[in-house]
Amino acid sequence: MAAIDRKPGIRPRVTLGRRLDIAARRAFPVGCTVLLMLACETPFGFEDQAVLLPASTLGCVYFWTLFRPSAMPPPAVFLIGLLLDLLGYLPIGVGVLTLLAVHGVTIRWRRVLTRQRFVWVWCAFGVLATGAAVVTWAFDCLLSVRLLPLAPALFEAVLAIALYPAIAILFARAHRGVADPERA
Amino acid sequence: MFRLSIQTRQALGRLTLPVLIAVAFGLMLIGKADTVLADRARMALADALSPIYVVLAEPLGKLRLALGEVTGLLSLRAENAQLRAENEQLRRWQSVALALDAENQRLKANLKWIPDPAPSFVSARVVADAGGVYAKAVLLAAGPNHDIHKGQIALDERGLVGRVTEVGARTARVLLLTDLNSRIPVILENSRAQAILVGTNGARPRLLYWQEGARPQEGERVVTSAEANAFPADLPVGTVHYSATNIPEVEPAAMLDRLEMVRIFDYGLNGIVPPETFRASADRRH
Repeated sequence: MAAIDRKPGIRPRVTLGRRLDIAARRAFPVGCTVLLMLACETPFGFEDQAVLLPASTLGCVYFWTLFRPSAMPPPAVFLIGLLLDLLGYLPIGVGVLTLLAVHGVTIRWRRVLTRQRFVWVWCAFGVLATGAAVVTWAFDCLLSVRLLPLAPALFEAVLAIALYPAIAILFARAHRGVADPERA
Repeated sequence: MFRLSIQTRQALGRLTLPVLIAVAFGLMLIGKADTVLADRARMALADALSPIYVVLAEPLGKLRLALGEVTGLLSLRAENAQLRAENEQLRRWQSVALALDAENQRLKANLKWIPDPAPSFVSARVVADAGGVYAKAVLLAAGPNHDIHKGQIALDERGLVGRVTEVGARTARVLLLTDLNSRIPVILENSRAQAILVGTNGARPRLLYWQEGARPQEGERVVTSAEANAFPADLPVGTVHYSATNIPEVEPAAMLDRLEMVRIFDYGLNGIVPPETFRASADRRH
């Protein structure tokens, strides 16, 4: 059965090219996040580079959940979390749970946060990133049955907060440009 | 396609997140129950991604080289002076080493000494960081028909790097000696006392359980011990350095944060590998 365009208004005909264009724009947030995660794994040659991966992933998931939740649905967050666990050598499931929790809380706060200025969005991310780092640390301790140092987890949170403006600037531009399905 | 009412669809949409969170808990349990499964999944992913890492390693290496040249140009004079001084010192050491080597050969000939077999090695490029927040490891690109096995020993040009812990079809993971799970039997070179080098996730692993009366000296060289049949004797590990809280730590000789190439040595040791895996890998070799 052919899909019937039910929305009123005049739009260009839905050709194959246009459909591909829309699909690419829809996949941009998740695709970009995954590519950034892979890029974090290449050795740049500085110490504590392993913290870069969870920090940047957290920023990506938060940004897209807040500004375009339709492009960052829970199953996508789940898969990104699984990739984070595998690439970041976390116990399987910890990254998934942390990212899903961040996703859930962000969706809750969305109505208030999207109307605020950048500084408040950033502050909210700070709270979330710290919470996420502590949750990751707690589950890491629980699953490896020993007390791990908290300092690397807190450093992860600090790095995530410091990286967020850079991620937000890049993605905000993409959000209005290449990643906007309305512009296809 | 099913046609669902808007209410049902909304209810399902609201259910997705709790269900996925429950699945995440399930994954944790599975990961805890079967750790081999997680390791296998990780190595499969690393194998799939390694061609990308290999392609990226080339331009990244060039970039690092170019950056090194620029910073090197700035400190050219100072470095030159330092190198001249170091060269003088090394020349003196070279003559001492050559004399000692000749003497050593002579003594061994007199004793009818059976020489240790020369270990075979392969060189591999470090293509990715395989560590996490609480893990220190690197991923090596080994090529499709590599001969790297679990338990083999990784060295860079200066000293011990770590041990091969997982092997994939074209990659291998090396656990660094700074990892939280790393335990290496070592010998303090001055006193010949045994100790254990324990990784702390920091840049310098700690020395523990040294023999009574043989407290590690500041600046003392630390080498591997053949105890437990996990390492050959006398591979350079690093030098003792006391931390601010007076805990003896070891400054690794290897440049662990700037690893580009490592050599994987096969000493034929099976101290840390369970017998069945060792037998399986030996069978595969024949």
